[in-house]
Amino acid sequence: MTRASHRGNSQPRWLFPFVITVIFFLSVLPLGRLAVTGIASAMQGGARQMLGDPGVWQAAYNTLFTSFFGMIAAVLLGGGFALLLTLFDIRGKTALGFLFMLPTMIPPQVTALSWIGMTGPSSTLLKAIGLAPPLGSPQPLYSIGGIALLYGVQNAPLVYLSLRAGLLALPRDGVEAARLAGASSWQVLRDVILPLSLPGLAAGAAIAFVSCVGNFGIPAILGIPASIYTLPTLIYSKFASFGPGTFGDVSLLSALIAILSIAGLAVEERVLRGRDYRVIGLSGQVAVFRLGSWRRMAELGLWLTIFVILFMPLTALVASSLAPAYGVPLSTSTATLHAYREILFRQAVTRTAFTNSIGLSLGTAFGLLVVTVLTGYFLVRGKSRFTRVISALAEIPYALPGIVLAVAFILLFAAPIPIIGVSIYGTIWIILIAYFSSFFAVSLKPVVSAFRQVDPSLEEAARLAGAGFGRRLRDILVPLVAPAAGASVILVFLIACNELTISALLWSAGTQTLGVAIYNLDDSGSFNLASALSVLVVVMVVAMMIVLELMAKRLPKGVVPWRS
Amino acid sequence: MAKLILNRLSKSFEMGGRPAVNDVSLTVREGGFLALLGPSGCGKTTVLRMIAGFEQPTDGSILLGERVLADAGEMVPPEHRNMAMVFQSYALWPHMSVTENVGYPLKVRGVSREKRQRKVAEALAAVRLESYANRRPADLSGGQRQRVALARCLVTEPDVVLLDEPLANLDRHLRQEMEETFREFHARSGATMIYVTHDQAEAMALATDVAVMSEGRLLQVATPEEIYARPEGRLVGGLVGQGAVLSLASPHDDKRLLDWPAMQAMLAKSRSGPAADVLVRPQDVEVVPNGIPATVLSVLFEGERYALRLALPDGQTLRAFSRQPAKAGDVLEVAIHSAWRL
Ligand SMILES: Nc1ncnc2c1ncn2[C@@H]1O[C@H](COP(=O)(O)OP(=O)(O)O)[C@@H](O)[C@H]1O
Ligand SMILES: [Mg+2]
Repeated sequence: MTRASHRGNSQPRWLFPFVITVIFFLSVLPLGRLAVTGIASAMQGGARQMLGDPGVWQAAYNTLFTSFFGMIAAVLLGGGFALLLTLFDIRGKTALGFLFMLPTMIPPQVTALSWIGMTGPSSTLLKAIGLAPPLGSPQPLYSIGGIALLYGVQNAPLVYLSLRAGLLALPRDGVEAARLAGASSWQVLRDVILPLSLPGLAAGAAIAFVSCVGNFGIPAILGIPASIYTLPTLIYSKFASFGPGTFGDVSLLSALIAILSIAGLAVEERVLRGRDYRVIGLSGQVAVFRLGSWRRMAELGLWLTIFVILFMPLTALVASSLAPAYGVPLSTSTATLHAYREILFRQAVTRTAFTNSIGLSLGTAFGLLVVTVLTGYFLVRGKSRFTRVISALAEIPYALPGIVLAVAFILLFAAPIPIIGVSIYGTIWIILIAYFSSFFAVSLKPVVSAFRQVDPSLEEAARLAGAGFGRRLRDILVPLVAPAAGASVILVFLIACNELTISALLWSAGTQTLGVAIYNLDDSGSFNLASALSVLVVVMVVAMMIVLELMAKRLPKGVVPWRS
Repeated sequence: MAKLILNRLSKSFEMGGRPAVNDVSLTVREGGFLALLGPSGCGKTTVLRMIAGFEQPTDGSILLGERVLADAGEMVPPEHRNMAMVFQSYALWPHMSVTENVGYPLKVRGVSREKRQRKVAEALAAVRLESYANRRPADLSGGQRQRVALARCLVTEPDVVLLDEPLANLDRHLRQEMEETFREFHARSGATMIYVTHDQAEAMALATDVAVMSEGRLLQVATPEEIYARPEGRLVGGLVGQGAVLSLASPHDDKRLLDWPAMQAMLAKSRSGPAADVLVRPQDVEVVPNGIPATVLSVLFEGERYALRLALPDGQTLRAFSRQPAKAGDVLEVAIHSAWRL
């Protein structure tokens, strides 16, 4: 028999080089390329020139202003929901929680469209009920405040999740001890629970801020018509008016966004590090406080909020999609499915977008799964010193705003690929690679949690049974992580299918995605078609969220992002 | 099949740290049943995992007959060792039925379906689980799961079977039943077996040879009878049987088996000179008239007798059995009929 030179670990020798290669191409290379261009441009005086450009200052100011107030709105909304739903005896918590999570899974451009449909003089819904403001009056959402408000709605669920996780991890015996010490409910809340839950709230606020800074869909739809630019939309417009200095400019702008995001993420990291008290004592269900006569009020408030931030905009979106010819008010008799027929059967552009988005998303979800199962195995079972660095590098592309990543891939592939001399710029492949990079972390996380739950002896028993790596993977490991792998595929598909930021920069004729199609339809004034496409997207999002919700019991904790 | 040789085997998990296994040399004869006995954390599992191929030795080598399985430079992966293991956690694959679990090693080896079915049926019959063939592991009790794991070892006729505290998760009643199953399994398969345990009674009852480990080192290897009667060193003496170790003045001769007169002489001498460790088992301590005085420290009623803890005048403690009840604080006179110098 052969005497294989084989270290004690269970991995085949090609696994480490494989993982390193994947991480290099999906994370190190594009971000490195971006950094190199940015630094080179800064050295050549690009920085000075950029600092002298008032447009850049204005965009940076707009970004900070909208993100800050968006964060405040998200904290108020998400914090309120988290406190009420986690600590108090509200009825219908599951439904409220699920509905509250929806806005974050709905693509931002769809959120923006649905809110536009709810306000302003051209709102089909308002016109149908006779409440529309007179023609010619301004659309109130086309403003800094409008952008900030929608940032708040879109990102409130992030605060909700973070605070809720913090609240659920509170030591229950601490709360009970305070009660025994004679503190009233209110005092326990004020003196014990709120101080202890502050890190969760702060972390949620930081993530919300980062998410606002990188948001593209909302300021693209609400800001560009009013000439209000944020950093991401400024990058987009620079590409639209392409010139010799564009690459240098956009790499500096992306660097600016990256720095803002990293600052936010560093805050999150810091506040969460102080949470060592988590391990002390029993944690789990927080004591539920009774609201008594206030319960009805609280429930009414919660449902009213859901109504305003979710049902009304979505109703407006549906109304817009059913709108008859211009000028005819919507009613049950005038409603028409014309827009749906148009996007599904007539318009080549939208049909291509469907094909592209679904193809890209399926390709990304399944392609990434192959990569992440191997990488996850390496990270969990590996005894390598590099596992920490590799996990961190895998996280970065997803943590950074999509616009930064898109710029990085443009820089990387603008010229033909060396050696093989093929250019993938402007093809669907550049979008696919950027998706791989961006959603790597999304795909990896469920798989890693699942591998962590697999007892190593299950694999060791298979090794002694004589099964080599491939065999073990097929017969033992993959079946054991299958539910998480399924969740990973659905999540990546869901996010990739709704994605706009990356494809907005990378698409060209024939490679538009659903996100791009919605944006372009709105941009060209076909508001009813954009709305119809958005309605279909929302239906798809809700359907897949429900599937994940139903799978949740069989999945490791933390896999379904909106459950804690 | 051939004998399994561990040659100066060492393993350190951290560079320069205290080795988990330190210079262990051991030969397990073909078809032998070796119990690896030692307190928790002494490195038993690490030895077992090195034999299985899950860990690489940092020094020394492992041989099966002429074939080198592992040394510090190279090793044969577990897939190619033709060994089997029973894990403390059973390690049954939850997504496979009992039949599939047991048949998997054969499937991997490319055994035909009919032959596989026959062998699985045989193995399940050997552990008396025929009627559970289609269940999932989740629907079995702890003892049944352990028997499935054993059947999985049985099917491939492995050269070496490794068992890592296989009874630790079972209750006492099941343990006895399973011990019987292991003995049968050994007799039937003729495989070389290595059985890790921290329970000396289990080791004595099952094995043909017992190897005692402590802090990574091998202290003694011998048959259960030999280990019991002639333990080497304070650690082995303390671990095997329920004996107490006394530190007494060293006698002039080097006799090791001591009778009552010899003990009397040693107890009488002052302890200022060189000391010797002497193992005294409770059944050799008898309450007699005109023995040496001993104060009762505690009494435990065990049903058929009382177990006493006694203090000698110099404060050293002894254990003894008595048919008569005694109270803490009583002063008895005892004789030590037999003792073993360690
Ligand atoms: N994978 C490992 N990494 C580091 N140290 C280990 C590892 N496995 C075991 N050890 C250490 O080696 C020593 C022996 O452990 P082990 O062989 O499991 O003991 P036993 O099975 O006798 O209880 C312990 O000190 C343990 O902490
Ligand atoms: Mg052990």
